Amino acid sequence: MSDVREALMVGRGSTGKPVARPLSPHLQVYRLPLTAILSFSHRITGIALSVGTFVLVWWLVAAATSDASYATVSWFLRSPIGYLALFGWSAALWYHFCNGLRHLAWDFGHGFELSQSRASNRMVLIGTALFTVLTWVIGLAAQ
Amino acid sequence: MANPNKVDVAVMRSMLSRARGLGSAKSGTAHWWAQRVTAIALIPLAVWFVATIIQLSHQPRAAVGHWMASPIHAALLLALLAAMFHHMQLGLAVVIEDYVPAHRPKVAILLLVRAASAVLFLASAISVVRLAVAG
Repeated sequence: MSDVREALMVGRGSTGKPVARPLSPHLQVYRLPLTAILSFSHRITGIALSVGTFVLVWWLVAAATSDASYATVSWFLRSPIGYLALFGWSAALWYHFCNGLRHLAWDFGHGFELSQSRASNRMVLIGTALFTVLTWVIGLAAQ
Repeated sequence: MANPNKVDVAVMRSMLSRARGLGSAKSGTAHWWAQRVTAIALIPLAVWFVATIIQLSHQPRAAVGHWMASPIHAALLLALLAAMFHHMQLGLAVVIEDYVPAHRPKVAILLLVRAASAVLFLASAISVVRLAVAG
């Protein structure tokens, strides 16, 4: 026994044999509600956006340094990996933006009913998709 | 020796330290509050930033400098960078406090994140100022 807490987790099966009691919730069979998935997605997108600040800083420092360094960052941003990263960050930004607005509404005490949080789940997801698509339609049209 | 005539008024006092949000952590609600203030600031700034990036994404370097020469543009970009890096540092601190249980690694990572966000903010802010002055 490596952990004293395991002493509390001993039970007996229907045959009387000692068994380790299962932990609850059963993570293998427990389907996370959408609200829970969207809740930890706020943290994940926040971390992804933090990584994205490195590229923003790189772009600004390169623009302030020389034509050669600006050409390097432009080459990266226009490569397939650059486009993929920018698409990911734009989606993460709009998700964090929409879900952040919902968090502010919760801070003001609004929208705690189950029906309301289900409706705001949909609004956050639709808002994220809408703003991301809009960003890229306008962004690619400007090229 | 209890005096039956003495009235204990201690229970009538509100705990000023608690009312001011100064619990056991002694720092009160400053972290939570700053996270919200920066979030509200970032609502208009983020929309403006995305619109700006779309405009500048197909421009050469000289146009970026020219755009930055406007004091309004430079000021808004500096405001965005300040709010963004502060918001980022506050948010990452909560994630680290939640998922790094051991004290020493936790403090070390917290310091590293603060140092990194400070350096990233300063590097980007100095770049904006340089472009704004030279552009």
